[in-house]
Amino acid sequence: MTDPAPAIELQGISKSFGPVQANKDISLRVMPGTIHGIIGENGAGKSTLMSILYGFYAADKGDIWIKGEKRQIPDSQAAIKAGIGMVFQHFKLVQNFTVLENVILGAEDGGLLRPSLAKARGVLKSLAEEYELSVDPDMQVQHLSVGHQQRVEILKALYRQADILILDEPTGVLTPAEADHLFRILDNLRAEGKTIILITHKLREIMEITDTVSVMRRGEMTATVKTAQTTPEELAELMVGRKVLLRVDKAPAQPKGAALEVRDLRHVDTSGVERLRGVSFDLHAGEVLGIAGVAGNGQSELLEVLGGYADATGSVTLNGSALPLSGAGCDGMARRAAGIGHVPEDRQSEGLIMPYSAWENSVFGYHRDPMWQSGLLMKNAAIREDAAGKMERFDVRPPNPDLAAKNFSGGNQQKIVLAREIERNPDVLLIGQPTRGVDIGAIEFIHQQIVRLRDAGKAILLVSVELDEIFALSDRIGVMFDGRLMGIRDAAAADQRELGLLMAGVGEDEGQDPMAAAEAAERERERREATHG
Amino acid sequence: MDYATLLQVLDSTMRLATPLLLACLAGLFSERAGVIDIGLEGKMLIAAFFSAAIAAATGSVWLGLLAGLVSSTLLSFVHGLASITFRGNQLISGVAINFLAAGLTVLIAQDWFGQGGRTPSLIGSGRWENITLPLAETLRPVPVLGPLYADLISGHSLLVYVGLVMVPVTWWVLFRTRFGLRLRAVGEAPEAVDTAGVSVTGLRYAAVGICGLLCGLAGSYLATGLQAGFVKDMTAGRGYIALAALIFAKWRPWSALGACLLFGLLQAVALRYQNIDLGGITIPVQVMDALPYILTVVILAGFVGKAIPPRAGGEPYVKER
Repeated sequence: MTDPAPAIELQGISKSFGPVQANKDISLRVMPGTIHGIIGENGAGKSTLMSILYGFYAADKGDIWIKGEKRQIPDSQAAIKAGIGMVFQHFKLVQNFTVLENVILGAEDGGLLRPSLAKARGVLKSLAEEYELSVDPDMQVQHLSVGHQQRVEILKALYRQADILILDEPTGVLTPAEADHLFRILDNLRAEGKTIILITHKLREIMEITDTVSVMRRGEMTATVKTAQTTPEELAELMVGRKVLLRVDKAPAQPKGAALEVRDLRHVDTSGVERLRGVSFDLHAGEVLGIAGVAGNGQSELLEVLGGYADATGSVTLNGSALPLSGAGCDGMARRAAGIGHVPEDRQSEGLIMPYSAWENSVFGYHRDPMWQSGLLMKNAAIREDAAGKMERFDVRPPNPDLAAKNFSGGNQQKIVLAREIERNPDVLLIGQPTRGVDIGAIEFIHQQIVRLRDAGKAILLVSVELDEIFALSDRIGVMFDGRLMGIRDAAAADQRELGLLMAGVGEDEGQDPMAAAEAAERERERREATHG
Repeated sequence: MDYATLLQVLDSTMRLATPLLLACLAGLFSERAGVIDIGLEGKMLIAAFFSAAIAAATGSVWLGLLAGLVSSTLLSFVHGLASITFRGNQLISGVAINFLAAGLTVLIAQDWFGQGGRTPSLIGSGRWENITLPLAETLRPVPVLGPLYADLISGHSLLVYVGLVMVPVTWWVLFRTRFGLRLRAVGEAPEAVDTAGVSVTGLRYAAVGICGLLCGLAGSYLATGLQAGFVKDMTAGRGYIALAALIFAKWRPWSALGACLLFGLLQAVALRYQNIDLGGITIPVQVMDALPYILTVVILAGFVGKAIPPRAGGEPYVKER
């Protein structure tokens, strides 16, 4: 027994919410000075487990040992005392406070602020040097980039002298460059002997940075393995409970003529900023054109303009006939009638009406079609029956058309939207972030559907911030930066590094190194956020 | 208008602005902590009644004040119970409090005093005396500044000065103390306070309690300082004007002073000159009465900068999974 005591040891943790058992008899050992990954699909119980550890919920059963001592953690205060710090997926920051104020909140020394602020300023300075965690202490949080806000969260934990740091899906909101920086910070923290628990559903991150990984499925801890001794395929299988195809199996594309011709597309948003600055491209029938880029560089606006719910200038031609880009005839329903299906980026606000049932949602955008109407009335029975068929074909679970959209999981919501758009057999399908917040098992299915549609000779425009997804599905790849299309590459010939440079706004002939480009992109985004925040 | 008249109008402004200012600061504490309080009116009203009633019964303005503070704070905690503990709708709870106070005061007044829903007129020690500041009479002969000091600055009741002192106190508490930091945080991002290990509920109740005390001061001043006794609906919309002033001041203490003085001036002018004759055009008194609300709408419409309310205002805090 020469091993040090585990930083965290959980024994037999169980937690139920009503009839749902979120955690079943979970045991876990996390050794000090390591990065321990916890991976699992949405709803597998990862967040519940960590909430128990951070004192948000009390476990129904089970014991918690911190550094060899048995502990009760009834509230966050107790967790902080035990040396646990948590970086939530949605940051818990006060937006109009400065970095310093956020850091001392709840950890002040005494009733007056002045001494606490002075002390924190000194501590932050030394932490910044030690861990590459530099943030301007007097900046208001709302003016910081997402990556910097996350650093503030980490600083908050370190200021409270946490030596166990839990990060919940930390890279979900970060650019690739920010994620790299985060991993360097985590490396530094590990080198200083801190223990880190990384919760994620991204296999690549697990493989890249963790020492040990635990897999959760349906509330149970199914395995704990050394990262070096496992493979992404094995982890995926453990997560889902069956073999999963991580690569999309697809034949080479058979592109035909241009289905959609876009020329010099320009769009100015309501605050007067030009979000699209002359975008031109051809989208061919039978291909997937992927649009990569850091979020906020005009991809969303491109989808909105093509989908018919934002005005623009320029021209868009669908199979030879020009589409109106403003005024009458420029709306989502008209576009769908013309043959452009649209799976919007935000399915919960744009793709579905959450309180409405699945069958009602299954015809939105097409509900004026004579097929679903008789006189003034909707043919509800027919729509319902059709919806049940769609749900079966798209494997929506549970296959109950009367259930409200909000009661389905993210992946199944997305399948409802996909079924609605794909089954109308559109000539062109616009898809934004098809798998954001979707489980691995559902991702596989959604990707297969997209490829199947392509093979049926349809033109697909795919916008995604996940570079892996762009590579997996696209036949050609375009990169957007600052409202411009930086160039289109054949997917077979493109490499990630070059695309990364394009995403940061650096042309191929300028010889800049990737780090400088990434920093430039971050500065650019900060500037943008500062002017529009 | 001569100098003496101007001083009289400004003097009346001070007195009329005081209940607005106290109520406005009350609302500031509550709303900065994320609890929207439309019930300032009702709390002032109930404090006005109980302080007048107790002062009438005991002859002590201090006991009256105490009764006002207690009744207003109790009503404030009812609002807290509804909106913090039971996570109800804060607007509805506030409106309910206003109705409750309007009915309850008249009902009890009729039962106790039988004078048609009013309290007996307060005399002597049942009312706040005006305080003459040192040297007021000595300095009066000094031109311009003498009367300014003697008539405008000196000669108000204690609560007027309390209201003025509350402005820097509020600023200091909010921006220089740990309690203030946490209070502002809980109105902006309660989840940040919660995860930092501080009780959201405790902070919000504290804010609601302070709000009750300040409303109590405002109501007591109305019935035992500005007037001599309670009459039905004597707050006459001051709670709403205070809310308007709060928005006008963008939830900041010093600006609140400015807004309340401005609205107090409008009331003073409306009180003194029924219709204002501007050489041919006559401005009816109703315009002056409506002006606070009109100005607030102008502010809200974004013509004079942007009024950004505390982000978590009106939303009960529910711990998310």
